[in-house]
Amino acid sequence: MRYDITLQVDYAYDFASDHARNLLHLLPRGIAGRQEVVASRLGVDPAPQERWDGPDFFGNPTTWIAYHEPIESISLSLKARTVQNTPASRMDLSSRFGDLAAEIAACHGLGPEAPHHFRGRSPRVAPDPEMTAFACDHIGAGMSTRQAVQALGHALHQEMTFDAEATDVRTPTAEAFAQRRGVCQDFSHVMIACLRGVGIPAGYVSGFLRTLPPPGKPRLAGADAMHAWVRAWCGTDMGWVEFDPTNDTFVRDDHIVVAYGRDYADVSPVRGTLRSTGGQHTDHAVDVLPLDPA
Amino acid sequence: MSGQRAPSRPDLPPLLAGYRPQPGVADELFDAKGAMRPVWRPLIDHLAKLTPEQIEEHFARGRTYLRDAGVYFRHYATTPAPERDWPLSPVPVLIHETEWEAICDGLTQRADLLEAVMADLYGPADLVRDGHLPAELVAGSPEWLRPLVGVKPASGHFLHLVSFEISRNPDGSWFVIGDRTQAPSGAGFALENRMATTRIFNDLYPRENIHRLAGFFRSFRDAMDGLPGTRNRRTAILTPGPNNASYFEHTYIARYLGALLLEGEDIMVRDGAVMVRTIEGPQPLGTLWRRVDADYMDPLELQEDSQLGTPGLVNAVRLGNVNLINALGSGVLEMRALMAFLPKISKVLTGQALRLPNIATWWCGQPKERAYVKENASRMMIAGALAHDLPLDIGATTALGGAFRSGAKASIDAWIDEEGPLLVGQELVTLSTAPAWRDGVLVPHPMTVRVTAARTPRGWTFMPGGYARIGASDDATALAMQRGGTVADVWIVADAPVPHETLLAPGTRQLVEPEPLPSRAAENLYWLGRYVERTETAFRLVRAYQLRLLEAGSPDDPGPAHLAAFMAAIDLDVAEAIPSGVAATLAAAGACAGKVRDRFSVDGWAALQDLSRTLDQMAATARPGDDAARATGVLLRKVTGFSGLVHENMYRFAGWRFLSFGRAVERADALAAILASLTDPPAPEGAAEIAVELGDSVMTHRRRYRGKATRDSVLDLLALDPNNPRAILFQLNEMLTLATSMPNGRHDGRPSALMRAILPLQARLAVAEPEALTVDDLLDLRRDLVAVSDLLSSEYLR
Repeated sequence: MRYDITLQVDYAYDFASDHARNLLHLLPRGIAGRQEVVASRLGVDPAPQERWDGPDFFGNPTTWIAYHEPIESISLSLKARTVQNTPASRMDLSSRFGDLAAEIAACHGLGPEAPHHFRGRSPRVAPDPEMTAFACDHIGAGMSTRQAVQALGHALHQEMTFDAEATDVRTPTAEAFAQRRGVCQDFSHVMIACLRGVGIPAGYVSGFLRTLPPPGKPRLAGADAMHAWVRAWCGTDMGWVEFDPTNDTFVRDDHIVVAYGRDYADVSPVRGTLRSTGGQHTDHAVDVLPLDPA
Repeated sequence: MSGQRAPSRPDLPPLLAGYRPQPGVADELFDAKGAMRPVWRPLIDHLAKLTPEQIEEHFARGRTYLRDAGVYFRHYATTPAPERDWPLSPVPVLIHETEWEAICDGLTQRADLLEAVMADLYGPADLVRDGHLPAELVAGSPEWLRPLVGVKPASGHFLHLVSFEISRNPDGSWFVIGDRTQAPSGAGFALENRMATTRIFNDLYPRENIHRLAGFFRSFRDAMDGLPGTRNRRTAILTPGPNNASYFEHTYIARYLGALLLEGEDIMVRDGAVMVRTIEGPQPLGTLWRRVDADYMDPLELQEDSQLGTPGLVNAVRLGNVNLINALGSGVLEMRALMAFLPKISKVLTGQALRLPNIATWWCGQPKERAYVKENASRMMIAGALAHDLPLDIGATTALGGAFRSGAKASIDAWIDEEGPLLVGQELVTLSTAPAWRDGVLVPHPMTVRVTAARTPRGWTFMPGGYARIGASDDATALAMQRGGTVADVWIVADAPVPHETLLAPGTRQLVEPEPLPSRAAENLYWLGRYVERTETAFRLVRAYQLRLLEAGSPDDPGPAHLAAFMAAIDLDVAEAIPSGVAATLAAAGACAGKVRDRFSVDGWAALQDLSRTLDQMAATARPGDDAARATGVLLRKVTGFSGLVHENMYRFAGWRFLSFGRAVERADALAAILASLTDPPAPEGAAEIAVELGDSVMTHRRRYRGKATRDSVLDLLALDPNNPRAILFQLNEMLTLATSMPNGRHDGRPSALMRAILPLQARLAVAEPEALTVDDLLDLRRDLVAVSDLLSSEYLR
């Protein structure tokens, strides 16, 4: 499946922002055998005085920008074409849930794919007894790790309500879980905390999701959104699998990966420091246009 | 108490009568056979000639020195962490240079090993791949910073300054308790220890055989200045600020080495280079000696909510544009669990065993080690595997296995099984003891020595002594050190005189180009000037009010009532004899002064502290009326004493200009406000007299004008007189003079933006007549002064 993706983010500041410096995770990443980036371009307006593009620790395309003069707004516009070819249905080669710890210990490496980065605490996700207990309640002893991931994701989907008003981008994970509400970021963080709590390495994926219009309605441009989901490590043979708890599904061609990280802090689309006293206003629009018949 | 080595022999002086090293514990003064180590003999002989009172007198000199020098540290046990006097143990620890050389030899090997581990963890990670270090420990450490992986240090090395905490085993050999690689502290305190013991012993004991500390600092400074890419770039020490435990040390070292002392907001990154904001614009930095933990250094790529950091710093490091002492991420080497693997890693990387062993450590993530720790839990210190504090630190997470978390878990075994990979067990070591002074005699207390090493082009160089911790009790187990204690100097003693070294080559006069003042320092000095002046004005108002109240007898009388309303508008509540608003202003002055302590004389700081203490006392006890008036009189003399100290003694650097400018702006503004209120037609009778009193110009008025003060005479004297330092015009002239000497004060003969803002105000008053000067003119002037202050900020302070 080929997609043309466009994204437009506009920030406007009440007062001119002094010495803005930002780190952007907006360009889709290439993933061998799964996602090919045919072309991509990130435009920044006004043009920053400094710009530097390169991979971060996890191999995500990253853009550093900085302004030397005060600015009143920033517009970011992304255009990208990707080819998705996620293998149809993978056999469950994952380890038995109980054997995972030994397999992790046998991994000697610190590369970005190593499971060790995705255990325990990370900036936005801390293990929490309540979430761990919830996970334990929904994972059976005899399950494969992949089955455990699916069972937990399904349970969370049942348990939590999608509610864009309940949380914001800084809401702690435990709080989102306590109120059983939130958006894709919260669903993902909660699932990551649950998985790590029971010993399954889990990370955060930010990306785009192609949404299908309601039957009989035309597709609306700009109605798609940036999205987030979860990846979990299922043993040496199976490696990483991706699951979308907001939609209760393993990830297929509709999910376009921008960045992999431990949690939102590693991959936030626009991370930055502004010296501005006033508020700021954000508009963003995403369009994921399929070029092939579904 | 009757140890087998009890040295109660007739040849020992009374001051050692109670000195009984414990069995099974090494002692620094007496060797294993109970004989006094020869290196101590001369010192003990000298002390033995004195009575306990004479010794006490000498020791008191050291304490007096430290108090006068303002040496302090912060103790985090309480909030807010108060400043504490430096806890000097007056008796130094003596080590013979031959023994010291062996220690340094072992620690040189260890420093090189740590550098190699660091290079591997931020490079190929072979140690992990080959199974010599568990991946989960490195990946789990909050100090292993992923954005720095693959980044090679500009200087060519990760570590430039490291320190080690060491002590002596019962068998007499030395061992390492912990490594400090992130931002080792203690070097500055070591200097102060030395200054204090010099005061104590200078007429007691010949010191020519003691190795001096200055040579170490010279080597380190030269090494910092000689790192790659430092030509025409400055070296700075980066501090978390006045609330840090060792801020005093940061200011002290900065002054001692002539390095800039900066905080995160002083620094900016531009085009990949690290710059310090100064009153002359951004200036490049070549070397940054950071005393800030790495995770706080860049909110953009490291800890997101850090208030201390500089956005973009990681990228500047990535681009190789600044030398860091030490490299970001070096805190990972302080991880407690690393100690379990270093002995093996040493053999793997160098083929050699550690020459100085470290404290035996077992990581509970491995089955065999876990079993061993469980079996021996009662003789173990158990701590977080990823913890990076020292087992001796106050409040360290360490605890004795047998006593830890009793009742919280079914058993220690279950706890270790459950949290295994997060725990380490460490042998509960005993430390050696050294003489401490208690109640007129010497007694053996446990000690550890902090050894600091710096990288130079010729290899690691060691600070010869300077710093030992002495335990609070005679309990020699390492954990007892958590209860605090004191700090002693360490003397490395040679058999013959050692060459004299100071920071400067002798007999030279080295003039240094004045360096641009950092903007934040300028800003704090400017506001210090303003707040001190504001405090003075407040004192004058309080005194004037109390005197009027005495005269009038009732607060409802028009005189006091008018003043009370004026004071209320600036947060001075006359219901209090000495309003708390004054203390708030003075506290603001103190906060500004605290941030520029490296640019401020010790006497000036002491004067400000004294003023603040006196104000607190008086505010608590003063009664309205005469008592309060007299109290504010005392306070006024103290505040003018401080101002005198500053203006008589402070070198006319750029910093003094900002301080003076602040005072001038504040005084002009206060006078304008007072005159606007007291020369307004509705002002009560006698208002003009009050204005003269507030302007501290009673005598001058009597000499210059006949009769009582009138509206016009007051305006003439306090607004328009160019010769009265208590007149607005005088202060505007002062501001012009100061502005001329500020950067770009005159460019091609044209006035700077700041001067262009002051000139019309000055001209207006220079040609004004008192009769024509209206309240509105004065209020306009106050608005214009706000604009001048803003302009000063935008031109020089950002």
